[in-house]
Amino acid sequence: MSASPIPSSTPVIDVRDLAVRFTSDHGEIEAVDGASFAVREGEILGLVGESGSGKSVTATAILQLIRKPGRMVRGSILFGARDLGQLPESELQEIRGAEIAMISQTPRTSLNPLITVGEQVARLFVLHAGLSKAESRKRAIEMLTLVGIPEPARRARQYAHQFSGGMCQRVMIAMALATSPRLLIADEPTTGLDVSTSARILDLLRDLGAKTGASILLITHDLGVVATTCQRVAVMHAGQVVEIAPVRSLFRKPAHPYTRALVRSIPRIDRVITMEPVPGSVPSLLNAPPGCRYAGRCPWVEERCRREKPALMEIEPDHFVACFAVEDGRANPV
Amino acid sequence: MADVAPSPATVPTPTSAALRLLWIRVRRNWLSTIALAIIAIMLIAAVLANWIAPYDADATDAEAALQGMSLQHLLGTDIYGRDLLSRIIFAARIDLTVAFGATAVALVIGSTIGAISGLYRGWVDLIIMRCVDSIMAFPAFILAMAITAALGNSVTNVLIAISLTQIPNYLRLIRGEILHIREMEYADAARVVGNPAWRLVFIHLLPNCLPPIIVQATLAMGYALLTMAALSFIGLGIQPPQSEWGSMTAEGAQYIVTGEWWLFLYPGLAIVLMVLSFNLIGDSLRDFLDPRMRGIR
Amino acid sequence: MPTLCEVTDLKAHFPLRGAGTLLRQLKGGAPQVVRAVDGVSFKVEDGETLGLVGESGCGKSTVARSLVRLLQPTGGTIRFDGTELTGLSKSDFDHKVRPHLQMVFQDPTASLNPRLTVRRMVEEPLKLHTPLTAAERRERTAAVLEEVGLGVELADRYPHELSGGQRQRVNIARALVTNPRLLVLDEPTSALDVSLRARVILLLEELRQRHGLSYLFISHDLATVRYLAQRVAVMYLGVIVEEADAAELFDHPAHPYTRALLAAVPVPDPDAKRDPFVLSGEIPSPIDIPEGCRLRARCPLAQPTCAQPVPVREVAPNHFVACHLV
Repeated sequence: MSASPIPSSTPVIDVRDLAVRFTSDHGEIEAVDGASFAVREGEILGLVGESGSGKSVTATAILQLIRKPGRMVRGSILFGARDLGQLPESELQEIRGAEIAMISQTPRTSLNPLITVGEQVARLFVLHAGLSKAESRKRAIEMLTLVGIPEPARRARQYAHQFSGGMCQRVMIAMALATSPRLLIADEPTTGLDVSTSARILDLLRDLGAKTGASILLITHDLGVVATTCQRVAVMHAGQVVEIAPVRSLFRKPAHPYTRALVRSIPRIDRVITMEPVPGSVPSLLNAPPGCRYAGRCPWVEERCRREKPALMEIEPDHFVACFAVEDGRANPV
Repeated sequence: MADVAPSPATVPTPTSAALRLLWIRVRRNWLSTIALAIIAIMLIAAVLANWIAPYDADATDAEAALQGMSLQHLLGTDIYGRDLLSRIIFAARIDLTVAFGATAVALVIGSTIGAISGLYRGWVDLIIMRCVDSIMAFPAFILAMAITAALGNSVTNVLIAISLTQIPNYLRLIRGEILHIREMEYADAARVVGNPAWRLVFIHLLPNCLPPIIVQATLAMGYALLTMAALSFIGLGIQPPQSEWGSMTAEGAQYIVTGEWWLFLYPGLAIVLMVLSFNLIGDSLRDFLDPRMRGIR
Repeated sequence: MPTLCEVTDLKAHFPLRGAGTLLRQLKGGAPQVVRAVDGVSFKVEDGETLGLVGESGCGKSTVARSLVRLLQPTGGTIRFDGTELTGLSKSDFDHKVRPHLQMVFQDPTASLNPRLTVRRMVEEPLKLHTPLTAAERRERTAAVLEEVGLGVELADRYPHELSGGQRQRVNIARALVTNPRLLVLDEPTSALDVSLRARVILLLEELRQRHGLSYLFISHDLATVRYLAQRVAVMYLGVIVEEADAAELFDHPAHPYTRALLAAVPVPDPDAKRDPFVLSGEIPSPIDIPEGCRLRARCPLAQPTCAQPVPVREVAPNHFVACHLV
């Protein structure tokens, strides 16, 4: 028995059976294979996976920015009532940056080095809200204050290179939230930042999410970030979404074999544990075989796992897993 | 970085698969393949000139003078009755020798000095770069003219002149690459492992500077050819009776008005074809020599 | 346990150059210096792992590079296995020290020469420092590749033909091939994926125990350091602010900086209580370092006495803190 994880209230964004492929000389790379998840109103959903899991490609697909040699081969991305995959480019351009905003891993290179920071933020108000130059400059300083930049009026006159990495990321957040988007996609926003700076950026995201009512899709590989910042988590492995659960359930009772192995493989700062590495290695996405992509690494694998792809099944309220072993009860949740 | 199993593309392949990949690359880079074929043909023709050319380059035949293309003389004859096709084939020897030779000399000398400059920096770098700046202040052709005029007209002197004007290019190129690569982590790793300076440069750094040099070298060969032809055209460097495409084109220019257009066209075409071929193989050659590109492009 | 490596008062000062600084000097200002490492002392005991932690700009990488002579320290001494390193000539250092003191780098891709095969890179230290014949080198290379978990069939591959985890193992193999006594590891797992880190960490620990190696493990990943290190030193702006046995440091951090650092690490447990101890502002630049305690401007507990030179106190057996207030 399976059910797609659609919550009762309309989610901000509802991704269903998303599949993205890239063409290469040697065949097709199925970067995302049937991913389904939803981001609800006002929540922070963590999308966890390692590199090669397809999480960044998923974010790019949501914004409909996949270009050759990649393409979205199936699936729907419902933003409210509209399917982003079906919209013309002109409508998408109005949505991008305004209703769905994104911040990336490299804040410094996302900022224009030639114009002042204040100017960059102000332009967004001119463009999307039609404000006058004076008004938008004022709003820009307000946004900089909101994201916690000290001496915002003075800093607004400075250039990107005069900002530290953490400050640049704050500016990016300011720019992303300037248009009061409904969804903010944060793609590994703390990469390259120091531990203490990361902590503050994550706190900021959490606070601003609550304050502005924006939902956040937080893409990360760090389970610690997920535990401290997200309400719900979707775990991806080799292009497939394998588990979706509230954060407490995920850590208390991880169901999917991959999630379980992952949780046991990370060292902790609060105690010394016995680390067990995740078995096997990420399978090649090139001409990938059908079935569950964790099959090659899974201790509970069966013939069926290699032929059929398990669908997401609700094993507990709001806790979904895509695994035959869990379905059959062979791999009992911890 | 995921520990993704390396895709079949990057794992060494058995012969049949390797051949198939080669065919993909040939098909994708068809232009470069043609260019490579042209160069290969010219090289072979130059080497085997004695056996391939229908006539001796200097064999005169007064009765066959200034004849157009015919079955006996595929590209026609000149005023002395010498077969144009044979002259072009023999001339290839000089042209290709100087083109390859000048480029090779300039590359070796330029790279060595450039590597020293980039590695040691400080005063050494300062002095070398100012010398390079002085040389580059002269237009390259004027410099080549001056050197050839000073040294005298001969194949060797033309080679020297052209390579001297080319040295600064390789020098700066290598210096720039070295400045960049010496900061890379594998350069640090090579130092920590205990490599002396010479091994660092020749085994670790220079081989990784190859890509831009290769492209530059192929372009430069075309340039060398053109310079040599231009020098002959204006009366410096290689002069008749030595056959060289440039001087042949110069001679042939006089005969256009009298209607013997082949004497100008074919040597000129030879130059064009060679220079074009050199330019076209540059990128592909660079990719071919890069171990990372094996199996993909 | 005998001390394998003792670093005393290590300093690495870099004078600033450029047009701006020239102008400043002409106007009569003092030459500006980046004091990346400003008086660091620590010991690595035989067969032990010392973790050196800190955030960007603290100088930990500079310490590592000074140890393996990728740069020359401007002051202090480094005693390794009884020999004073700072005075040695380049060739003495290369031949006498390097076979015993090796380094594993952070980025597995960037630290491997893309044009050399695995075999050539792993054999190179043997070629440079040992009198082994070609056959003996091959044998040793095969042995060390096996040890790090790479099949010998990978020896003739190029780095781009290997996965990220495999490349890092090549890095480790190259460092181990001459049987060193001390390995300096500069963030060896930071560039690796989460599921790979466990493997590499376990491998490093296994190798250390099997060969009696010592590690200087430099990282900003505190959880990994907790797992691997017996002793930990925390650096901030060029100096060590706290040093203790690993369990002691993580369970009872004394220095405000250590406390703030530990509080900032996200724990993979949604119910874990977070210590709300937070420093204000950002890490200042290592150019204009204030007198007295370097954390003064950011520390919530700062007092007027913190402007005085900082004493080092032993707050618990073998637990040292550089702070006025403990």
